[in-house]
Amino acid sequence: MSEQSTMKRIELREPHVLAPISWKNPIIYSVLTFISLVIIFFLNSDAASKFVIDTGTTGIPLISFELPTQLTVVSMTILEAVLAAVSWLLTSRREKNGVWLPIVFGLAFVVAFLTAAVGGNEQSLPVTSLLTGALFLSTPLIFGALSGCICEHVGVINVAIEGQLLMGAFLAAVVGSVTRNPWLGLICAPLAGAFLGALLALFAVRYWVDHIIVGVVLNVLATGLTSYLFSTVLSDNSELFQSAVKLPTWPIPLLSQIPVLGPVLFNQNVLVYVMYIAVILLQILMFKSRWGLRMRACGEHPKAADTVGIKVNTTRIRNTILGGAIAGLGGAFFTVANGLIFAKDMSSGRGYIALAAMILGAWTPRGAVAAALLFGFADNLQNVLSVMGVAIPSQFMLMAPYLITVLAVAGLVGKVRAPAMEGVAYKG
Amino acid sequence: MSETTATEKRSWRETWQKIAMGSALTSVLAVVAALIVGAILIAAADDQVQKTAGYFFARPTDFLWAVCSKVGSAYAALFQGAVINFGAASISEAFAPLMDTLSMSVPLIFAGLGLGMGFRAGLFNIGGQGQIIFGAIICGYIGFAVPMPPVLHMIVCVLGAFIGGALWGFIPGALKAWTGANEVIVTIMLNYIASYFLAFLLTLDAFQVPDSNVPVSPLIQSTARFPSFFGTRVDLGFVLAIAAAVGVWYLMERTTLGFSIRAVGLNPDAARTAGMSVPGSTIWVMVIAGGLAGLAATSQLLSSASATLTAGIASTFGVDAITVALLGRSKPLGTVLAGLLFGGLRAGGYLMQVLTDTPIDVILVLQSVIVLLIAAPPLVRAIFRLPDPERRKKKREKKALKAREAVA
Repeated sequence: MSEQSTMKRIELREPHVLAPISWKNPIIYSVLTFISLVIIFFLNSDAASKFVIDTGTTGIPLISFELPTQLTVVSMTILEAVLAAVSWLLTSRREKNGVWLPIVFGLAFVVAFLTAAVGGNEQSLPVTSLLTGALFLSTPLIFGALSGCICEHVGVINVAIEGQLLMGAFLAAVVGSVTRNPWLGLICAPLAGAFLGALLALFAVRYWVDHIIVGVVLNVLATGLTSYLFSTVLSDNSELFQSAVKLPTWPIPLLSQIPVLGPVLFNQNVLVYVMYIAVILLQILMFKSRWGLRMRACGEHPKAADTVGIKVNTTRIRNTILGGAIAGLGGAFFTVANGLIFAKDMSSGRGYIALAAMILGAWTPRGAVAAALLFGFADNLQNVLSVMGVAIPSQFMLMAPYLITVLAVAGLVGKVRAPAMEGVAYKG
Repeated sequence: MSETTATEKRSWRETWQKIAMGSALTSVLAVVAALIVGAILIAAADDQVQKTAGYFFARPTDFLWAVCSKVGSAYAALFQGAVINFGAASISEAFAPLMDTLSMSVPLIFAGLGLGMGFRAGLFNIGGQGQIIFGAIICGYIGFAVPMPPVLHMIVCVLGAFIGGALWGFIPGALKAWTGANEVIVTIMLNYIASYFLAFLLTLDAFQVPDSNVPVSPLIQSTARFPSFFGTRVDLGFVLAIAAAVGVWYLMERTTLGFSIRAVGLNPDAARTAGMSVPGSTIWVMVIAGGLAGLAATSQLLSSASATLTAGIASTFGVDAITVALLGRSKPLGTVLAGLLFGGLRAGGYLMQVLTDTPIDVILVLQSVIVLLIAAPPLVRAIFRLPDPERRKKKREKKALKAREAVA
C-alpha cells in the first residue's frame, strides 16, 4: 500500500519521463498491407473467385457465390491500409490498438488472400470442408499447446511435446492394433506421453538439468525408440501390430444439425470433443481454481509458494506428468483418430509448432487454441488449394503460416511475459 | 608405519574421489550406460532371443548365448564401421572406417560449434537446419552454375556457404535484438521456411539439370571440390572444421566480442550495466553461429564427386548438432570430440544396419541417453553407486564442527 503511494508520488514528480513508443504493430500491419498491394499486380482484371458453403454432411451446396477478384482484393487492401493508418495514429498517441483492430485486419487479409488465390479458378472454394479440416488438423497442436501451457505455468519448459505426441501416437496405434479396439488405444496414448513427461520431470526437477536440453534430447529419444521398434518388432509382425483401427465419427444430435457450424464443430470424433472439454476446463481451472493458483505460484515465485506450504517440486513433477499425458492424448490423433497405422516420425515437427502456438497464444489455453487453429487453417488451406490446382507454388502456401508466425512473434507477442521462474530449478 | 599407510589410504581415497567426481569418468560411464540400454533394445528385437526367452527357465544358457551373440555382433559391426576394420587387406583399408568417421563428423562439428556459441550467449538457436539449407543454396549455386578457376572456386563456395548461413542467422538475431521476438520460435519457423524455399528453388529451371524435371541440381563442378588427403575420405573440410573450432575458441576466450558474448549469456542485466550492447552481441552471435552452421553444407556439397543440391541436403544435421553442442558443453574442444563420437556412431551405424540387420535408429537412442546422463552426473553416480563428493565434504565438515563443539 505504502509502496504504491510512493510510486504515485514519483510519477507525479516526473511526469515527462515516458517509455519510448513501440512501433511494432503499425510496422507489421504496413508490411502485410504491402503484401496485399503486391498481390493486386498479379491479378487478372476480369477474373472471378467462386466460393461455396455446403451443409458439410451431405455436400449439398447451401450458398454459392462469386466475387470479382480484383475489386474484392483492392477493397480489402484499402481496408487494410485504413486500419494500418489507424494503428499508426493510435500508437503515436500512445493508445492501445485494442482487440478489434487485429481481428478485423486479420480477416481482411485472409479474405484478400483467399480471393486472390482462387481467382479465375473453375472450381469453387469449399468453405465448410476447409473449416472442418482446419479444426481437425489443429487437434494435435491444441493438445500439445495445452500441455505446454500447464508445464510452463508450473515452471517447467516442455520442449518434449514433439516426443510426447510421437510416443502417444505409437502406443495408441500398437495397443489399438493388438486389441483391435481404437478406444483402448485412445486410453493408452496418455500413458506414453506421461512416461516422457515423467522423464522430463525426473531430469529437470530432480536433477536440475537445463529443461530445454532435456526436452530436445527426449524428442530424439522418442524418435529413436519409436523408429527402432517400428523397423524391428512392428515390421516383423505387422499382422498383429500394424492393423489400422479408427475411432468412429460421432455426430452430436441437434447441435450437428446447425447449418455450416454444426458439421464443422459437432460432427467429429471423440478426441475432438475431449479437446473442447480440455480447453474449457483448463482455461477455467488454471486461472480460477486452487490447483491453478498453486501451480502458477510454483512457476512465478517458487520461494513464496514454498513459504506458504506448497511443495514446489512435487507440484512441478505432478503437473509435468499431467502435461505429458495431455500431449500424449493428442498423439492419438495421428493414428487411431485418423485410422492410420504408425509410421516413422509421423508427428513431423507438430510438437514444435504446438510450442510456437502456445507462445503465440501468450501462455493461455484460449490464446493457444486461437494460434493452433491458425496453423491448422493454413495447413488445410494448402491441402484444399492444391486439390483445386491453384497456380501459387505450393511451397509458398506451405510457408505462409510460418511467415505469419514470425511476423506475429516479432510484432505482437514481444510484450507478453512468460512465467517468471520457468526453466529455473527450485533447490529450496 | 601405521601413519604412512593411513595417509596412503587417504590419498588413495582422495584420488578415487577425484576420479569419481571428474566429468571424464561421468562421460565414460554415461557412454557405458547408453551401450547397455542399446544392448537391451537390440537383444529384445531379435528373433533368436525372443525364441530362446520362451524356454528361458528350461535352458537359460541358450537365451544368454543368443543375447550375447546378437549384441556382440551388432557392437562389433558398429566398432568395425566406425574405427578399424581388422579383416582388411591393407593398412589404409583397415583405417578406412576411421576416415569415414572423421568425414562424417565434419558437418556435426561445424553446426555444433555454431549452436554452442548461441547457447553460451544464452540464445537457444534451433535454426541449424535452416542455416545449413541457406548455406547449401548459395554454396551449391556457385558450385554448379558459376565456372571459376580451381582453387578460387572452392574458396568462393566456402564463403558463400558462410554468408548464406549468416544471413539466415541474422534474421532471428535481429528480431530478437530489436523486437524481443523469442528466438526459439523464430528459428523453428525459419527452418520450415528455408526447407520450403529450397524445395521451391529446385522446381526452377535455373536449379535443375537442363531438360530435366527432377528437383535435383546439376553436379557441383570439380573445380570447387575439397582436395582429399592421400585418397581417403578425409579432405580439407575436416581441417577447416578443426580450424573453425580453434577460431571459435579464440573468439570466445581471447577477444572483446567473445567476452561480451559470454557476459551477456551469463547475465544480460549485468552486461548492460557494464556498458555492453546486448542487442549488438545477440546479432553478432547469431550471424557467426549461422555462418558456422552454413559451413556444414560444404561437407555435403564439396566433398564428393557426385554431390548435387537436393531437398534433403541438410539431412538431420541441424537437430543432431544440438545434441553435439550439448554433449560438448558448448565448448569448442568438447564439440569437436562430441562431433567425432556422433560421427563415429553414424558411420558405424550404417555398417551395423547392413551386417547385423539392426536398424540405425538405435543410434539415436544411444545418443540421447548419453547426453541425458552426462547432463545429470548425480544420476550416473546413483546408477553406478559412486560416492557423492559433495556429501562426503558435508559429512567431514559436520564432523569437524562437532569436534570443535566438543572442545568448546
